[in-house]
Amino acid sequence: MPLLSLLDRWPLWRQLTRGGDGTGPEAYSARTEALQPRTDGAKVARSVCPYCAVGCGQRILHKKGRVVAVEGDPESPINAGKLCPKGAATFELLTHSHRLEKVLYRAPKAAQWREMPLEEAMDRVVERLWESRKRTFEEKDEQGRRLGRTTAVAHLGGATLDNEENYLIRKLFTGGLGLVAVSNQART
Amino acid sequence: MPGLGTTLGRGGATTALPDLARANCVLIQGSSMAEAHPVGFRFVVQAKERGAFIIHVDPRYSRTSALADLWIPLRAGSDLVLLGALIRQVIQRQREGRLAMVEYLRCYTNASFLVLEDFQGPEELDGLFSGWDPESGAYDASTWAYQRGEDGEPLRDETLEDPQCVLRVMERHFARYTPERVERACGVPPKSFHRLAEALLANSTPERTSAFCYAVGWTHHSKGVQVIRAAAILQLLLGNIGRPGGGILALRGHASIQGSTDIPTLFDILPGYLPSPEAVEGEDTVASYVARHGRRGGWWCHMEAYLVSLMKAWYGEAASAENDWGFGWLPRRDRDHSHLAYFLEMLDGGLEGLFVMGQNPAVGGQNAKLERRALGRLKWMVVRDLVEIETASFWKDSPEVLSGELAPEDIETEVFLFPAAAHAEKAGTFTQTMRWLQWREKAVDPPGEARSELWFIHQLAKRLIARAKESEDPRDEALRALDWWYPELPDGEPDPESVLAEINGYRVSPQPKSEEVEKAAAVHPRGGSQLAGFAELAADGSTACGCWIYSGVFGPDGVNRGARRQARGPLGQGWGWAWPADRRILYNRASARPDGSPWSEEKALVWWSEEDGWTGEDVPDFPAGKAPQTPALVGSEGLAAHRGSDPFLMQDEGVARLFVPQGLKDGPLPTHYEPLESPVSNPLYREQGESPLAQRAERELNPWAEPQDPRYPHVLTTYRLTEHHTAGGMSRFLRQLVHLQPELFAELPEELAEELGVEAGGWVTVRTPRGAIEARALPSRRMQPLKVDGRWIYQVALPFHWGQGGLSRGDVVNDLIPIAFEPNVRIHEAKALLCAVEAGRRE
Repeated sequence: MPLLSLLDRWPLWRQLTRGGDGTGPEAYSARTEALQPRTDGAKVARSVCPYCAVGCGQRILHKKGRVVAVEGDPESPINAGKLCPKGAATFELLTHSHRLEKVLYRAPKAAQWREMPLEEAMDRVVERLWESRKRTFEEKDEQGRRLGRTTAVAHLGGATLDNEENYLIRKLFTGGLGLVAVSNQART
Repeated sequence: MPGLGTTLGRGGATTALPDLARANCVLIQGSSMAEAHPVGFRFVVQAKERGAFIIHVDPRYSRTSALADLWIPLRAGSDLVLLGALIRQVIQRQREGRLAMVEYLRCYTNASFLVLEDFQGPEELDGLFSGWDPESGAYDASTWAYQRGEDGEPLRDETLEDPQCVLRVMERHFARYTPERVERACGVPPKSFHRLAEALLANSTPERTSAFCYAVGWTHHSKGVQVIRAAAILQLLLGNIGRPGGGILALRGHASIQGSTDIPTLFDILPGYLPSPEAVEGEDTVASYVARHGRRGGWWCHMEAYLVSLMKAWYGEAASAENDWGFGWLPRRDRDHSHLAYFLEMLDGGLEGLFVMGQNPAVGGQNAKLERRALGRLKWMVVRDLVEIETASFWKDSPEVLSGELAPEDIETEVFLFPAAAHAEKAGTFTQTMRWLQWREKAVDPPGEARSELWFIHQLAKRLIARAKESEDPRDEALRALDWWYPELPDGEPDPESVLAEINGYRVSPQPKSEEVEKAAAVHPRGGSQLAGFAELAADGSTACGCWIYSGVFGPDGVNRGARRQARGPLGQGWGWAWPADRRILYNRASARPDGSPWSEEKALVWWSEEDGWTGEDVPDFPAGKAPQTPALVGSEGLAAHRGSDPFLMQDEGVARLFVPQGLKDGPLPTHYEPLESPVSNPLYREQGESPLAQRAERELNPWAEPQDPRYPHVLTTYRLTEHHTAGGMSRFLRQLVHLQPELFAELPEELAEELGVEAGGWVTVRTPRGAIEARALPSRRMQPLKVDGRWIYQVALPFHWGQGGLSRGDVVNDLIPIAFEPNVRIHEAKALLCAVEAGRRE
């Protein structure tokens, strides 16, 4: 390789011979040339901010099964691309290291968690629920009016969940199991 | 939301955030919108840039106040006095013949309806309404009723002069809500009050509109529903509901909180605001249920179709006319089964198991200490969340365990903590604060063994139904009958669009299909038979629908309207879908005069044209072809009982209710009562300090201050920061947010800090009868001392996001809050309490 061409790959040389302040193309190295935005080639999922109820549109950019960025949706008539500090932290919300990835189990009186396989945990929960319901089911009240329920198993939460999720919770818990003590954050 | 529901017909915000930009005046009260809903606040800023007058009424000067034209500090818990005085002022204007929107008032509200002569109010009865029974501690509401003619129709006086007409009854009711009383009760000088009243009156005319925004600063009170009622009444008197740039916007704090009341994970309603059946006589069949809850007049005449369609959606073929559509399988309620009520039962040992999905009561619950104690009385608990929240770990790091008061071996509760999928890891709809459903696409799989609630419930259901099918126990009949048909995706999740299709509703026996519909059917499980809207629902078992108000979101064309992303116009049509029927401004018939023409060119929204019927910028919230001159058919059902000029189609009367004859436990008109912990006796009704129906939970762990307790001289209120979210599970674990708001602090007046000898950044201890917490002091002029009932009162404000978990730890502010119950919705009182403040850290 001729010396001149080798030298020309050196950003300092390019800057000395062609001018510039070292912040423009004269400073590019081969690595710089090869750099791409991390969102390059990412797919976009149209989403909605999970924090308050304003309902800002979000674009979740993802590549190879991993979220690479979260942006405000510029087309949303609600937020026109803007996000507040919480919404702007959504990428961290999705990817931070405190996210749980395993079921944790605490036995009665235990001082520690232990991990439990998902399937085993599901089976155990079904067992507890089935037994508690059976033990506490009320067919009728003192006056003989139908109750068909248990008040000894309760549910809490829903305002952060999807409509489809709340629907299935209610269909199974109220419609199937007879749970009446179902509540969430919205009591106003 | 019965405050809006009983007054206007539906329990939801009447307008849309972008519409605020068209307001000429915006009143924000009971909310710091710029901080808690910052992106929504941009429309208020747009309104201001177009010349609107912005008012913020709040105990605390915040970024909302900074951008307002007028900030009015008031004593927390006194909002109803101020609103009542505004109502009085507007009625006075009508009396003088100078009220701009008097035709609206006369035609679109029950102002002209005559009330029974037997009705008496707090003016006559020292703060109570007629029908009070001190024995049972409840009202008999039979005198809260209209006078009726021989045909059964309410009598009216359109001149609004009859002393028994609602407007004149209200005039007497609010007579004592004078500017002088406002000064005494709220600490608001008459000058500020008059500026506020003038701004609202000047901007509520045919050419101008005013909008109201509120949040939990109005609702978390022992009379919260009546505060909202007062606001709705005021907006009706001013003629602002249903008009562009008008209305009432309820600002809500969780991504799908509106959705979770529409499809309620709540004990007292079924999807679409159908009451949950009670264990009472005459509610054991569909027919008797409908006779009790349905209405002849107005849209609720269709209740039976909605209930039967819900039963068909839940029980499928197992629901038939022969078994009364399976109505007997629904469990019956016989008391308050809401969060705080069943936590008290839990504390008393009455519960075995609890599922917690996306809520953190160990930090966010009221009297959180009591709630943590209650969790320790359970046999088992399932918590599903993104992180190890305090509710899951209370047995090892609650303040009680850390202080040595309790040890893990004292706590029997078995805990399953399941990792949950986040919003980008599952598809589904949220319904946000202005009733818009927006579909989220799934971006990536959740990490590890994290799963969605949809997966969890589906997998639970499959196991439970299989067990029920093995048993012949009659108690498992409902479980065996459940129609659990959802196609399963490879990861074991039910197809969320199939659930949305069921929510939308479908024809049980599909009609002959068009080619287009056939194509949709191939793609979507219920595609070919989905309904276009709730008008198609029937009571004969031919339709199934999971939530009638959502019908139309996913119609026979197979288009998921929640996923639409082509916004057009100022109301964002084409982006998502708003219930009902994609109407963005509710009651928009009222944006036209009774004769169908717009009130003014500037404020035209929906109007009548002889060629096209009702037309305009929004989907009419009215029958499209019903002419303005259409008379009401006396004695007929549904909308035929309404005139062509009656805009409030959910109501029997077709008009909005200033006076609510039925549906509220604590009175037909809003009345000011003091908070359950108050520094003053009621400046309006000396005989009746607090709401006669509000309840204190009586438990050793839930002690109360005495009236005007000298040990707790200051007013305490709580609020949210921009950088944190509710009980912190989605914010205290994030570096970015913790950097911005690293520590719990207490905002207090400079005068109080000086008295205590505390400087900014020093420690203070805030104490209530429930407990004590420590926080960094933030003395500032943002919290001004107020002169109330002859003495100076200091107010202290605490953000409530902290707990033991996460990257930033702090005391649990909600340990200070008592458990109390508002009579209608059982909400607690967190926004106005008493406290003491001491310098230094707690012991």
